[in-house]
Amino acid sequence: MFEILRKSLATGVVTTRYPATPAEVSSQARGKPEIDFANWNDARPSAAICPTGAIACADENGMRTASLDLGRCIFCGLCAEVDTAIRMTSQCELATGHRETLKTIARYQLRSDGTHEKMLVSDAAKQPGHTRGTPGPGDRESFARLGSELKTRIHRVLGRSLHIREVDAGSCNGCEIEITGLNSPVYDIERFGIHFVASPRHADLLLVTGPVTRNMELALKKTYDAMSDPRLVVAVGACGCSGGIFGVNYASRGGVDQVIPVDVYIPGCPPNPHALLHGILTAIGRLDSAC
Amino acid sequence: MNLLPDVAKIMAEMQERFGDRLDAVRAERPNEVYFDAKMDLVAGFCADLYKNWDARLAGVFADDVCESEKVFHLYYLFALDAVHAFFILRVPVPAEKPEFTSLANAVPAVSWQEREIQDLFGVKLIGHPNPRRCALHDDWPDVHPLRKDFDLRTELPPFTGERHKLREVEGEGVFQVPVGPVHAGIIEPGHFRFSVAGEPVLYLQIRLFYTHKGTEKLFENLPVTHGVRLAESISGDSSFAHATAFCHALERVAGIEVPVRARVLRSVCLELERLYNHIGDIGAIATDVAFAVANMHAMRLKESVLRVNEQLTGNRLLRGMACPGGVRFDWDGAQIKALENLVAGLGPEFDSLIGLIEASSSTRDRLEGTGILTPEIARDLGVVGIAGRASGFNHDLRRDFPHAAYDRVNVQVPVYQAGDVEHRMQVRVDEVRESLALIRRFVADLPAGPLRVDLGELPAGRTALGYVEGWRGEIFHWIRTAPGNRLARCKVKDPSLQNWPALSHAILGNIIPDFPVVNKSFNLSYSGTDR
Repeated sequence: MFEILRKSLATGVVTTRYPATPAEVSSQARGKPEIDFANWNDARPSAAICPTGAIACADENGMRTASLDLGRCIFCGLCAEVDTAIRMTSQCELATGHRETLKTIARYQLRSDGTHEKMLVSDAAKQPGHTRGTPGPGDRESFARLGSELKTRIHRVLGRSLHIREVDAGSCNGCEIEITGLNSPVYDIERFGIHFVASPRHADLLLVTGPVTRNMELALKKTYDAMSDPRLVVAVGACGCSGGIFGVNYASRGGVDQVIPVDVYIPGCPPNPHALLHGILTAIGRLDSAC
Repeated sequence: MNLLPDVAKIMAEMQERFGDRLDAVRAERPNEVYFDAKMDLVAGFCADLYKNWDARLAGVFADDVCESEKVFHLYYLFALDAVHAFFILRVPVPAEKPEFTSLANAVPAVSWQEREIQDLFGVKLIGHPNPRRCALHDDWPDVHPLRKDFDLRTELPPFTGERHKLREVEGEGVFQVPVGPVHAGIIEPGHFRFSVAGEPVLYLQIRLFYTHKGTEKLFENLPVTHGVRLAESISGDSSFAHATAFCHALERVAGIEVPVRARVLRSVCLELERLYNHIGDIGAIATDVAFAVANMHAMRLKESVLRVNEQLTGNRLLRGMACPGGVRFDWDGAQIKALENLVAGLGPEFDSLIGLIEASSSTRDRLEGTGILTPEIARDLGVVGIAGRASGFNHDLRRDFPHAAYDRVNVQVPVYQAGDVEHRMQVRVDEVRESLALIRRFVADLPAGPLRVDLGELPAGRTALGYVEGWRGEIFHWIRTAPGNRLARCKVKDPSLQNWPALSHAILGNIIPDFPVVNKSFNLSYSGTDR
């Protein structure tokens, strides 16, 4: 017993102060890819190498529509290897309440050699993370404030701390590794008064991973139905947001929103614990309008 | 071809023994030999290899070549660990009469795999003790997704509910406890049906394949470069091992040798994957017997490995690092320093964590003698990997079939006979220490040189077996290539598929409250099984 206490004291506090401090990711970490849309002149190589179709392009009537969908992206970085207009950043806090804000679509004039020029329209403007008054990724100070106000907010809206039920609706278990990490002393999600619970009956928020498989569709619906209002649903990872690399096939129904309504999407493959915290905090920010 | 010395000898003896009942024998690679024969030879061939060469049937899978050859092919993959070779028996099954004879009565280890073939290929099983549906749940329409005339994007009617008739256990005071598919913890979905009388478990039936997502079919619809990323998503906790096994298969088809620096980097990544999973499991086992402090320390150490993974490969689960012909990213001085610091710090930290657990008599009391899997049952069920090694299975592909850079080191393989939770944990403890030692050795002698070689266009119509000893056990990827750098078939075998049935045996006679810790001591992947 003494040894246990001695070791705990010797170890000290290892908990991150995130979100008051920035996400502790390595400079090598691959997060959000950034495309220089204004100077992009050929979307074909990156679209061809993208394993999930996150980068796509289609030509019609001398026009090219090129798009980036962070909800599909697995952050492999292969696109940046073949296209100088694309750069990988280490930005991981990408959660949003609106699926469309994860997509950027640009239209170009097609050249005869197959490349394109002159961006005609870009539907990029909305920053992922900026939803219904929720601060975005660059907005460190206000996001930190959100974290510190969280306890009060949870109490005001729910009258108790927030309870999360996690459901794996078909994931590869990669997201589960990172979600489990939220309970580690390093991320310690309980410091926000947020707990993972064993039953959907006790839960305010459903955290769902995976492309929803045909075999899990009914179980997911039943779990959702077992929750009482107000309830929130957060879709986790590329597969949860869109079906990811599995997409839609005979055994997979695709993203979580194909089966139950989703309030917040957390991109990533898998999203790291910072990104998950960011997404869950974002979801709670939405409670005001949800009820 | 430079066949391994014993391989040529055994090939000759097999040819002599079976004569013209063997339609063909060809060595595709120095340690990968194919035999062609008819269905009626399978049992005899299998018995001969088991008896004379201490072989084990490491996998059974099928392939649909009906379009060109009017047959399905069944493949029986034998591992001859002592001679370091794989023998693969190929058997045709006529398309107009698709049925095959079960081996499960003699080799229970293949029971689930045979049922999976029946479900996914529509090849009827003859003589199987329990030929009911396995991979496709009972409410699935009459489809066979791995047949070539089945389209990946076929729309099926939605799932209507479980209609599987679970086996009933009857008697006074016997009742059933259903658990899942949605579990209480943050884990994957599956259904467990316990039949109990009081607390002790009389019978456990396991229903899996809830996360079946068409992975093997999807491989056939992707270019091989995309396949590597798909392989990373077969089982997230084995992302690098699966991706590397897949790349290994591609490299063997292409007939190229991976540069030595890349092979060493691969081995280091495989050991890092082993480290974070083993440490996490040790913590989780402690938590399942209510020693939460140990788990907190373990999670802290696991996090330190995940962060170094990110520094080395850009991703905490080592994703993005694997590529055919080598690895994608080299490591500079600072990154190697980070790795060295991790290993140096982790050694004493890990010893201190294990010290805590060993000093806790109440923890040890819950682990000793709990969830025993006897060596006999383990052998019958073909249990591999860490669970196998706790029950007398003295095999490890790193030692017996050196891949990546394991030919440069001597891998010490811990083997115990007790087969309880304590020893499944002890295997992990020993392996963590061995992993740290291996990484030290690899880093101390890191060869210079290129990171990858180009595979070029893969020749079509070729087959190859890729293999990797993942942290959980042996992983196989068997491929058949198609024109245009595509695959006609990719068979994925995760050790979990092999090991799941053993859990039903290990839990017998134990109390339900011990199920979480017994389950965790195996820590099998649902996604890797269901694919």
